[in-house]
Amino acid sequence: MVATAPRPTYIGQAMKRKEDPRFITGTGRYVEDIQLPGMLHAVILRSPHAHAKLVNIDTAAAKAAPGVVAVYVGTDIDLPPLPYAWQAAGVQNNINSPRVLARDEVHWTGDSIAVVVAESVQQARDGADLIDVTYEVLPAVTDAERAAGDAAPQLHENAPGNLAFRWECGNREGTDAALAGAEIVVRQRLRNQRVIPTPMEMRGAIAQYNVGTEEFTFWLNAQAPHVHRLLLAAFILGVPEQNIRVIAPDIGGGFGAKIFMYTEQVLVGWLARELKQPVRWIETRSESHTATAHGRDHITDIEVATTSTGVITGLKVKTWANLGAYLSTVAGGVPTTLYARMVAGVYAIPNIHVEVDGMYTNTTMVDAYRGAGRPEATYVVERAVDLVAAELGMDPTDVRRANFIPSDAFPYDTGIGMLPYDSGDYPKALDKALEMLGYADLRSEQEQRRASGSDTLLGIGFSTYVETCGLAPSKWMGGEGWGAALFESANVKVHLTGKVVVTTGSMPHGQGHETSFAQVVADRLGVNIDDIQVKFGDTLGTPMGYGTYGSRSLSVGGEAIVRCTNKIVEKAKRLAAFQLEVAESDIQFENGRFSPTGAPDTGMTMADVALQAAVAYNLPPGMEPFLDETTYFDPPNATFPFGTHIAVVEIERATGTVRLVRYVAVDDVGNLVNPLIVAGQFQGGIVQGIGQALCEGAAYDENGQLLTGTLMEYAIPHADSFPMFELGHTVTPSPINELGVKGAGEAGTIASTPAFVNAVVDALAPLGIRHLDMPLTAPRVWAAMQTADADNAKG
Amino acid sequence: MTHNVSMTVNGQQRTGTVEDRTLLVHFIREHLGLTGTHVGCDTSQCGACTVMLNGRSVKSCTILAVQAEGAEVMTIEGVATDGNLHPVQEGFWEEHGLQCGFCTPGMIISAIDLLNTNARPTESEIRHAIDGNLCRCTGYQHIVKSIQWASNKMAENAAAPVAGGDD
Repeated sequence: MVATAPRPTYIGQAMKRKEDPRFITGTGRYVEDIQLPGMLHAVILRSPHAHAKLVNIDTAAAKAAPGVVAVYVGTDIDLPPLPYAWQAAGVQNNINSPRVLARDEVHWTGDSIAVVVAESVQQARDGADLIDVTYEVLPAVTDAERAAGDAAPQLHENAPGNLAFRWECGNREGTDAALAGAEIVVRQRLRNQRVIPTPMEMRGAIAQYNVGTEEFTFWLNAQAPHVHRLLLAAFILGVPEQNIRVIAPDIGGGFGAKIFMYTEQVLVGWLARELKQPVRWIETRSESHTATAHGRDHITDIEVATTSTGVITGLKVKTWANLGAYLSTVAGGVPTTLYARMVAGVYAIPNIHVEVDGMYTNTTMVDAYRGAGRPEATYVVERAVDLVAAELGMDPTDVRRANFIPSDAFPYDTGIGMLPYDSGDYPKALDKALEMLGYADLRSEQEQRRASGSDTLLGIGFSTYVETCGLAPSKWMGGEGWGAALFESANVKVHLTGKVVVTTGSMPHGQGHETSFAQVVADRLGVNIDDIQVKFGDTLGTPMGYGTYGSRSLSVGGEAIVRCTNKIVEKAKRLAAFQLEVAESDIQFENGRFSPTGAPDTGMTMADVALQAAVAYNLPPGMEPFLDETTYFDPPNATFPFGTHIAVVEIERATGTVRLVRYVAVDDVGNLVNPLIVAGQFQGGIVQGIGQALCEGAAYDENGQLLTGTLMEYAIPHADSFPMFELGHTVTPSPINELGVKGAGEAGTIASTPAFVNAVVDALAPLGIRHLDMPLTAPRVWAAMQTADADNAKG
Repeated sequence: MTHNVSMTVNGQQRTGTVEDRTLLVHFIREHLGLTGTHVGCDTSQCGACTVMLNGRSVKSCTILAVQAEGAEVMTIEGVATDGNLHPVQEGFWEEHGLQCGFCTPGMIISAIDLLNTNARPTESEIRHAIDGNLCRCTGYQHIVKSIQWASNKMAENAAAPVAGGDD
């Protein structure tokens, strides 16, 4: 008898990606690549003013322009405002969501005024140039704190003082008492500036309407196509959900910005029905900067109560969260559930209070952006810890150790309304990162440089972070103001030929689901990975699911797949036992084979069983044909990845230029399914987080003009700003899913921003600088050094 | 005003009628249906539209279609030959040099241009060479490694004995 070769184990292997061949040969298919017969092109006229009344809109010349088919303004379109799906929980939300086209007033530069539909996009653009709008320009406000109160320009009648909501969590009295009784209190204002997500592919939308069947098909670059279908059907277009099909083709990055329901997506559907022709809208990069949701934009005051030995006894946080001119789809949940409930970080802080004012301003809407709330929370607490260390003259790692949640305290409740942290071992990640860095040697070098008056300052910055992924359970999220569920779905079919097709409600846009999900299925079903296809992105062919964001795909969507495979193995085992005429309890499933105990090389492979299940000649009594299982997995808890990131920077004394010279990251995302993909997620995430710390920032002038309206003014990181990162892992499996995974998509971004800022401030500490707001561009750092030098000269 | 243009694209003679203002990238995408070349910005920052023009990489949004009259153009669709991936394409696959794939065609073209002119670039030279190509997903590290992989592979190929040799 020939021994069965051990089947390869795919989980844990750094496999190259199954999806890559189409992308490296130019045969990926994005929204803009789709051509439909008779397709028309829409261009939107956008407001050049941040706040104005629309006195008159003259579209006559545009309507007469060559190739122009139709021109519409706001009053032509009888649709409700967009849905607002995640409210700040338990408080009044003064809701204003955008209309498809503005009616009487525009509220930000980029607000939509009219749409021109033409035979070509160039003709539509030419037509839009001919629309003559008379504005009555009104005063504008762009800063969230200045927007507060009656004296500021008011955006919406139902939101006095521009307040969308005021929300709090934690223990106000306890925190005030801790501050009042503290040995030392450290105070600081922190600005977490507004950033522009900038996926390399802009947004796009195509809609087709079938007059005979009354069915819509949408092609959207949407991170959650099922949610888009639900919102389009039930809340906007008012058509039966089954009459809408949403297809999401390949998506060129999202970073959160492609989660939301946008006006342009609704508009193409309305136009397609109205004009009885397919209509396409593709964003320009400038539109992406003004009309795609921005991220962050917090002004935060912190007060930290500490003992003289660095034990933090209280943390009080007041945040003005700039939400823009209207509430975007999940804007209420980001600065509340995802931010305020995470400000404890990795620390056991007995008294915390956070108050958040969600503010309307004359700016682009702000919503979830890679990390969504957790980067802002991590920035607050990781800067707070460093400020305490600086105040007390302690090593920042010692302050961290003095406050870490103990490793034996999990599951751990921080007391501010977040779900319990599932598992963690924070000192372990810190120790490993320090060892990789060679911390003691680097501090010695820093001392030597300082002593010698080196003109290149050296700084070391830490971020010992925790974040939350795979948010759930649905019931808890309902209590947090979220307007739906947050399970994820999967279906697994083993076809007659033994080939496996997996469909999922998850929606990759660069994360490599086709590979990592296939690795999971290959191991669970004992089949070759080349025999597995993972499909997504079409509401017609996939089970209802909630899509990809919040690093949830593997911990929630992957677990749904695991449960499908469990059901398939269970059914296959029954079938094999029946056909092999042995008791089910005597069947083992190993190396892809169902065999009687003690005879591992006999029996039936998964493909054999699939054939038998599909032809259905000889099934156990009552068994349905085919191996085909669906799961909707609603996790019992979220997951809480953690780790330590360390940035090492050099600052040129003469110019203020900051250079990242080393970056060490030790992350714990539980078990790794594909270490290569995880490494890619971290490398990209780290650069995106450092982008905010180093060079990115949306800027408005006093009239509300966006000064960073193209990639000429808005700096995203380039390749030559970075060294090779040094990445390591600890592995603390999550107990809440069978794979033991936590989520890896956002942690890099969450961790790196404060690590970089802490490093810069550490470098500047000898000058007496204790804080600098981002982005830490050369002019800002140079100016701070000049000021510090002047102050120090005065003595 | 319209113009007839004619150029060689991926080895084939292609013609079309374009407006004065038609950019090469729009000619490639909309007239020729070669959608592997992408538009990622309006201002020649991102490099997603990079193609080879007469053997050197250019951002195809920076020139008009009429300026490419008579030129040899290679887009991402023409990089693999006879079904064999170019070593740079292989490198991007082997080293996970892409995530969403949107910047990838332009990155690959820029990398080919680099390796054509500097077969053994240093890490710093690679980072400098792709400075005009923006990627928001990868953080560039795996892209650098992909190009290093390709450089090594091309050196091995060059050193390998030709068919029929002693080995």
